[in-house]
Amino acid sequence: MRYESPTTTSEAATLLAGESGEAFVLAGGTDLLVRMKNMMVEPELVVDVKRIPTMRSIEITDDGGFRIGAAVPGVEVGEHEALGRAWPGIVEAAGLIGSDQIQGRCTIVGNVCNASPAADTTPALIAADAQVEIIGPKGQRTIPVAKVATGPGQTSLTKGELVEAILLPPRPANSGDAYLRFTPRTEMDIAVVGAAVSLTLKDGVVSKARVALGAVAPTAIEVEPAAAAIVGSKLDDGALDALVKACRAACKPIDDRRGTIEYRTEVAGVLAKRAALIAFERAGGIQ
Amino acid sequence: MSGVLVTTTINGDAVQFACPEEETLLDALRDRVGLLGVKEGCGTGDCGACSITLDGRLVCSCLVLAAEAEGREVTTVEGLVEGGKLHPLQENFISHAALQCGICTPGFLVAAKSLLDRNPDPTETEIRYALAGNLCRCTGYDKIVRAVQSAAKEMRAAKPA
Repeated sequence: MRYESPTTTSEAATLLAGESGEAFVLAGGTDLLVRMKNMMVEPELVVDVKRIPTMRSIEITDDGGFRIGAAVPGVEVGEHEALGRAWPGIVEAAGLIGSDQIQGRCTIVGNVCNASPAADTTPALIAADAQVEIIGPKGQRTIPVAKVATGPGQTSLTKGELVEAILLPPRPANSGDAYLRFTPRTEMDIAVVGAAVSLTLKDGVVSKARVALGAVAPTAIEVEPAAAAIVGSKLDDGALDALVKACRAACKPIDDRRGTIEYRTEVAGVLAKRAALIAFERAGGIQ
Repeated sequence: MSGVLVTTTINGDAVQFACPEEETLLDALRDRVGLLGVKEGCGTGDCGACSITLDGRLVCSCLVLAAEAEGREVTTVEGLVEGGKLHPLQENFISHAALQCGICTPGFLVAAKSLLDRNPDPTETEIRYALAGNLCRCTGYDKIVRAVQSAAKEMRAAKPA
């Protein structure tokens, strides 16, 4: 195995594109090193991106949004006060991943690119309408987070491409987001279901909303009918019931040792409703 | 031979070692640097026995490549001792019998020190969350939590106001 630690993203892309064997990006390593240990992968090349300055910081963008570098660990996401004020749902989703030891390493971009259906940050990012900045041999492109994972462990990234950063849009006044997951244990567990809601209020009424679910389909999914169900409402019981129904209708989960199809479908509705209520309160809404 | 030469700082000392590129920092610390306080439990980031700090951040050394330590600062449980004197956490683990077999203890000490560096007066709940990444199959955790609380109290009292 060859280990490289370039200082620019284009160098990293060139290294990845030039390797004929298995090549991997190393950010936090909390997935990659486990796979190497279990001999699930035997890389020819590992490209450590933590010495690339543009990947190591959280910046406020010119339009008032945020740019989170691909190598920023969870602990730094949690410590960023402005990010926590603007996007508390994303920050709480990132903070749910693993122990303090894992938080010292794991990254949001790694969580997205690992493409687990149960990734915690992915639904929160989809609800936020976040984009990823991709750099590759053919230059740069920007795509929605929802377009990264194409199935469990599969992404739409092509050879030589890597994600440099997550882009979060500017946050209008009276906005709020929230992410909730269900796990049998309170710590060190993987989501059985995850639900994220982001919304904006105008005159106390939901004017814009996005809803996303995790662990109920091969990838995290956006549920547009659930968002449509609460737009124009103050989250009255009728709107919330319609949101719950739309979320359950969108679920295509699997049965496994952590939850049955019926259970996941039921819980998805419950969590989406609770997340909507938290997001509404954070946006300053009064029912 | 292929491999990397790593120059790093470990417990305040400049250290240089050569190792294969795929070697973990856990293996390098134990087998090349001789710091046997760093333990391997699971090797996959679940048990915390290999906890160290890397540039001040708590991490599992089993999930770090040794090559990544180039130019960084590493602290292991061996770095808790100052001037030959045990750290208050170590003294309190002993006096509270917060260990039985002891293999998890170095990881707990490093994680607990990382917590107290950030939060000198944690609640019991905060301690339990902060140590959730460290597994112990002997003590049932209660004595560990008491030892951390007691050490935190002593350290606060010893700190000049």
